[in-house]
Amino acid sequence: MSERSGRAGEYGLMALRVFSIAAVLGAWQITAMAHVFSDFLLPSLSEVLLRLYHDLVSGDLIRGIELTLIRTFIGFAMAAAGGVVIGVAIARIPVARWFFDPLVSVGLPMPKVAFLPIFMLWFGVFDVSKVLMIAFSAIFPVIVESWAGTQNIDKYMSWSALSLGVGPRRFLWEIALPAALPQVFTGLQVALPISLIVAIICEMQMGGQGLGGSIMTDMRFADSPGVFSGIVAIALVGMVMVKAMELVRRRLLIWHQETQAE
Amino acid sequence: MILRFLIRIFPLVLLAGLWEIAPRLGWVNPEVLPPASAVASAWYGLLMSGDLVTNGVSSLINLSAGLALGIFVGMAAGVLMAWYPAVDALVSPLMKSLYPMPKSALIPVMILWFGLGAGSKIASIFMGCLLPVVLSSYNGARGVEQTLIWSALGLGASRRRVLWEVVVPGALPEIMAGIRNALAISFILLVSSEFLVGQRGLGYLISFLGDGGVYDAMFAAVLTVAAIGFFADRVYLFFMQRTLRWRE
Repeated sequence: MSERSGRAGEYGLMALRVFSIAAVLGAWQITAMAHVFSDFLLPSLSEVLLRLYHDLVSGDLIRGIELTLIRTFIGFAMAAAGGVVIGVAIARIPVARWFFDPLVSVGLPMPKVAFLPIFMLWFGVFDVSKVLMIAFSAIFPVIVESWAGTQNIDKYMSWSALSLGVGPRRFLWEIALPAALPQVFTGLQVALPISLIVAIICEMQMGGQGLGGSIMTDMRFADSPGVFSGIVAIALVGMVMVKAMELVRRRLLIWHQETQAE
Repeated sequence: MILRFLIRIFPLVLLAGLWEIAPRLGWVNPEVLPPASAVASAWYGLLMSGDLVTNGVSSLINLSAGLALGIFVGMAAGVLMAWYPAVDALVSPLMKSLYPMPKSALIPVMILWFGLGAGSKIASIFMGCLLPVVLSSYNGARGVEQTLIWSALGLGASRRRVLWEVVVPGALPEIMAGIRNALAISFILLVSSEFLVGQRGLGYLISFLGDGGVYDAMFAAVLTVAAIGFFADRVYLFFMQRTLRWRE
């Protein structure tokens, strides 16, 4: 859709990209330095970055990131593996559909976080309950997208394949799964941030350090630079995660229309 | 018809039956999993005392306010980003750096800024709903078949008309799917922000009952939230299917 493909246009767009982030960060620093809000409500960017640097040097930051990421990824991996299998099964096997359809239709829109106190009651306040809570929260979007992706294959494509004599197994591996991949991946792209969100909520609620736990600790000590530096760290972690997912998506879907449109 | 419905929901009935029997026969500790009937009677108690209604109304008001704001701003931003390269360049770095940020991390700051009451909850929900809607509108609008756009332009439609009559309808299925995700996320944020602070709302009720060790009532409150989330989604889905009927 880009009409301006000239070199000047490209540079202009790049400048805008850099400018938008810089403008927000600059506005933050200036607003804080002008004491529009109290320092407690809005510590300056420089103070927050200094704090981040201290935590990085002391090793606290790395340890927090490590803990949160391990929990997030174990939960996410469980959700991804289970979700794709269940989703494809629902689309292809009538019995699986009969059993899982009501569970998924009830489970997907349910605010899974509401079950947090129940998970704490059943699995304690340590890593087991956090990881299970993450997997439980993240699995539904993966199921639904894999299901929809496998179900909504272009009918002409599947008719052609079937009339050319493709067997069910080959149809699954060579038609259904590749055709469903964009949507499966959309599901994973929804599930990964949810995993991180829930990991943070669990840490805020149950403790156990990690990024969410340390924000809560800083909050209790009314240490607002600590809270903000925690948020910046979490934002960076999330950004790296999503960027990585986008790169993987572009590689996996290099043949797809959406990639070629760029 | 009724038979088909019964067959359809049978897995749920099966689970509910198991839930009733397992604690009664001592397969699991009834302290940790109160039987379904005990939870049902606790639910009736909560309903009669009015706790469920007052907290539920307070939660739903916050939820709708945050969600409505998020959908409105998100759709506008997403479609405009896909359509105007300059808007894309200006907004998408911000959106992309904020998108992956777990909005739950913002709850403490929202509390600092907007207080312990409704403001911080609405703000958290808005932040959480905004980006899924932006992303789906953006992807949907970019995924619109290029030939359709070229045809419309070639037939002499103005860019604005193409935007409204080709790109937005073409993106609608994905936008509406994104809003469905936002609906789910809004409940996550509502409940978790109510867990952390506040004196009202269903999340508050759940953690209050849990802290007091009244587990049958806690299960009842948790399932109430689950049921509200479920029915909100059903209603939305009905609306979505009606809206997208022309695509078949």
